Parts: sequence; C-alpha cells; structure tokens
Amino acid sequence: MTLFSPRLAARLDALVEKYPLRRSALVPMLLYAQDEIGYISDAAVAEVAQRIGITELDVRNVATYYSMLRFKPAGKYNVQVCTNISCMLRGGYEVYERFQQELGIGHKGVTPDGLFSLEEVECIGACCWAPAIQVNYDFHDELKPDLVPGILDGYRGKALAEGKAPHA
Amino acid sequence: MPRLVSHPDEVKIVTSRFGMGAANIERYIELGGYASAKKCLEQGPDWIINEMKASNLRGRGGAGFPAGMKWSFVPKQSAKPKYVLVNGDESEPGTCKDHLIFLHDPHAVIEGTIIAGLAIGAKVGFIYLRGEYRYLLEIMEKAVADAYARGFLGKNIFGSDTEFQVITQTGAGAYEVGEESALMESLEGKRGVPRIKPPFPAVVGLYGGPTVINNAETIATVPHVIEMGAAAYAAVGSERNGGTRLFSISGHVERPGVYELPMGYNLKKMIYEVAGGIRGGRKLKAVVPGGSSTPVLLPEEIDIGMDFDQVGKAGSMLGSGGVVVIDDQTCIVEFALRTISFYQHESCGWCIPCREGTDWIKKSLTRFHAGFGEAKDIDNIQYLAENMMGRTFCPLGDAAAMPTLGFVKKFRKEFEDHLNGKPCPFAKHVDLAVV
Repeated sequence: MTLFSPRLAARLDALVEKYPLRRSALVPMLLYAQDEIGYISDAAVAEVAQRIGITELDVRNVATYYSMLRFKPAGKYNVQVCTNISCMLRGGYEVYERFQQELGIGHKGVTPDGLFSLEEVECIGACCWAPAIQVNYDFHDELKPDLVPGILDGYRGKALAEGKAPHA
Repeated sequence: MPRLVSHPDEVKIVTSRFGMGAANIERYIELGGYASAKKCLEQGPDWIINEMKASNLRGRGGAGFPAGMKWSFVPKQSAKPKYVLVNGDESEPGTCKDHLIFLHDPHAVIEGTIIAGLAIGAKVGFIYLRGEYRYLLEIMEKAVADAYARGFLGKNIFGSDTEFQVITQTGAGAYEVGEESALMESLEGKRGVPRIKPPFPAVVGLYGGPTVINNAETIATVPHVIEMGAAAYAAVGSERNGGTRLFSISGHVERPGVYELPMGYNLKKMIYEVAGGIRGGRKLKAVVPGGSSTPVLLPEEIDIGMDFDQVGKAGSMLGSGGVVVIDDQTCIVEFALRTISFYQHESCGWCIPCREGTDWIKKSLTRFHAGFGEAKDIDNIQYLAENMMGRTFCPLGDAAAMPTLGFVKKFRKEFEDHLNGKPCPFAKHVDLAVV
C-alpha cells in the first residue's frame, strides 16, 4: 500500500537504489512526496520512514531542518517572494506588499479557495534579475508591483484550464 | 528566462557556450565538448593535477582554495571508495552564476566532474543542486542521462576500462548546506549541520571516503583549463589568481547581470563601465564585493583588482563573486538588518555563538531601526559580532559577523543618526520582523 500515485511510487522505488546508501534518498523523497500531496503529512512521514528503513522520529528530525518542507498544506500555487538584499534594493518588498494586497493574505497565509499561498523567502539565486519570485518551481524575474495581478491571473487561468481538462 | 548580458571587456571562457544550445549533447560535442575529458583519460591523474595546479584555478565557492592542491590531498590508496561532490547549493545572497551554468552548459559540469574523478581516482561523482533549482535539476538530469546514453558515463567511459558514475541530488532549502561538511551530511540524508574538522573531506568525507568538494563554477571551469592549457588559462588572470570569474553584479546598477571578467579586474570599472554605473544617475554609497557575507566597501575603497588577494588586502573578501551595489538612497541600518535576518534564519543552531549571536543582533537592529535604539546598542552589536568570529564549527558564524562589523564600523554615523527617536531618512520597510 502506498499513499502516492503509481508513477511517484515507482520513482521512489528507484530513488532508494540510486545511492551508495538508501538514506541518501531521504531529502529528495520528502520533497517529491510534498510536490504530489502538497505537504509532509503524518502518513507521508510513515511511508517515507518505511521506504528508507529508519524511524518516523528520524524522518521528522531531518524534515524539520529544511525550509522548503512544510507540515501543513499550502495553496495550489505557492508564491515565494524573495526580499533578500539584491531583491530588496530593486523593490522586492514593494512586490511582496502588492501580493499581500492582491491575495489578502500575509506570510505563510493561504487564500480561502486554496488556490494561492504566500511566503516571504530568502535568496532564490536570481539576484541579477531582481526582484524575483518563484511560484512553486517557476521563476518570474525583473518584476514590478504592477505585474503582480497579471501573474496571478495567469495561474488562475491555468487552474481553470486544468479543472476542465478530462484527465486532470 | 534569466537575461544574458554582454560587455566588450568580458573574456568568455566558462560562459563561452551560454546561449548556444549547449544543454543539448550533440551541440555540446560540436562546440568541442568532452574532448578535455577524453584527453585527461589518456594523460592520467598526475598530469591532470599538475595542470590544475599550474592553472592557478582557485575555488569559486568563496574560500579561494587552489583546486589542484585540494585534489592532490586525496590519498592515492584508499580502503573506502573516493567521491567527487559538486556544490551547486548556490545560496549566498547576491550570487546567481551557477544558475546560468546549469541552465546553459550542464555538460561542462558533468565533464568537469569526470575530470575531477579521474584526477583523484573516484568512480562516483555527485552533483548537488539547491532545492529551489528544480528546473535546473531537470536540465542536469537530462544531460546526465544523455551522457550515459553516449557512453561518456558508466562502466566503461569513452570505451575505456575506467568507470565513472554521476548521481544528481536535490536539496530542500538550506543555506547552511552550502558549507562543505553540512553538504555531505545533507547528501547522507541528515540535517545539514557541519562536521568538526579535521579530519578534512579529502581524508574522511562522504560516506567516510576521501572526497573532493568543489563549487559548480570551479568544476565547469575545469574542462576549459584542460582545453586551453594551464599556462594560457593562468595568463588570463592576475598573480596567483588564474583565469576569469563569473561576477554576479546586482543592486542599484543600470545593467545588472552575470559578467565573466578576468581575475583582478578593477571593481570601480566593473560597476561604472561594465554594469553601466549607478541607476538613475544616483551616487554610490557602498559595495558588498563578494556575496552578503563579505564586509562592505566604501566608494573610496573600490579602486581595487577583484581577485582573492587584492580584495583581502582591502579588508574584505572576493567570496562568491556576488557584487551588490548600493546607492545613496539606501539605509545601511536596514541593509544590515536584512542581512542579519537572513543569517539568523539560516543558522542551523548547532553552535551557540552563531545561533544566539545572529538572533540578538537581529533583535537589536530591529529595535534600533524602528527608532528605539540606545547609544550603547551600537557597541553592543559590534561586541556580539566580534564574539561570534572564529567561535563556530563552520564559517556561517563568521559570515554573519563580518558584514555586521563592516556596517557598524564604516557607517557608525548613520547608526548614530538613528538614535534619539530620529526617523530613518530612507525608511521604507520598518517591519522586517516576519523574516
């Protein structure tokens, strides 16, 4: 029995064989699990522990270290706004404020429809194209506050299109 | 897609294939790719290490340790398997060069990893990318699969009887993991806390085996060193600083971007000519020359060559090559606060001076910037930072303390101007407490 889709389960089966030691699969496994189910649930911790062959406590001990791993659901699109120095100098906070206004939520908030969540994050490695954000894993760079509504509309459209797709 | 920039003063070696479709293996081969690895396979480890030493290539992660020397420390005989570990955890604020390397030239990273493996006698190399770089990890994974399909990786690389495997790995968000021993811990599926040294990774590293750890830019440079020849590569740079460097120029300049310039290139020229000067015709206030952990330089201190030795002499560090340019409309107290907030967030908590020091400096600066500072706070911030220096297992404590000391010492007047309820003349974002 697995929590995950057959495709992810197969990927995780392969992942533990990839390294000289099984345990090296732990961090990627948690991240890939989160990508599919939205967060690291208790059931996910249990399954990952069993797959690696370590205790649940050990899994939690490692998982809580990494800032991308979360223990409650985020929005379908998690907006991560960098406000670190290079982004700050070019208006990162103004972009972050605009996201707060448009979404009506603050740091680590989730919109009531579950579509968006917002996070102020540390440097994402796009300093020369600042200010920059990530929505899930997609980068958007050289932003201005006025570009914020368009970005959000783009993801709303994407969600709508996926909702209508026959094999969503 | 991150914008590529260009300037006539650039010497494009590592970036020579950027924007040319070299993520495609056919294209990479057409552009001369994998010839260096084949040559190294014929020449053998001693030749490779001598070339690397002669090239004066120094570690691009920040410490600037000579790469050839590092490789020579790995014992020839080892009971345990040896490993190469490529550090692509790029997360020093102000630095985004590896981002472009993974995007435009992933095979250069693979080829460099093979060469490092041949040099030290390793059969396995790991390429570790920060978790946020998922789209780049996918590019790397495709490149690795293509290299296997071509027989450039595997049991018999390039048809020889030499084996070399490459394994990619993703992080999941942690600045600290960019430190080499924390990186190994993370790759072993643990919390990314540092290890005590010695033993050094060249002796006891990943899974207990001798390990060479190099920054992604260093590794991507290796095939070019072999191709050009060590002497030609060394001749591009300055004394004891071979070749070029990918400078990530960000902040208040007209043309921010990643520029490849010879080591020793003048910082003032870099800002005013290469990056087009200060945005909107404003005046320069300060420069962070090598990523957020390096001490700030004043406008009168930037007429220096950008190599490890010259920036060191000027009282700062070349670091990761992340040049952050700050104009005269910026509050240095706020900048210092945002910098320490980052280190407070990223401190792994293993060493008390770092865990407590970053937290107390952040608290003091938050209060100070909000207008509730007292005169003694300035000395107290300096005292806290001084007591973090050199008192932690890994360099994160120093990385947090050094910039703080620079800001307090060089901009003391601006700190004093914030005293006695005087509002910050530049204040925009007073509430930084959420970070």
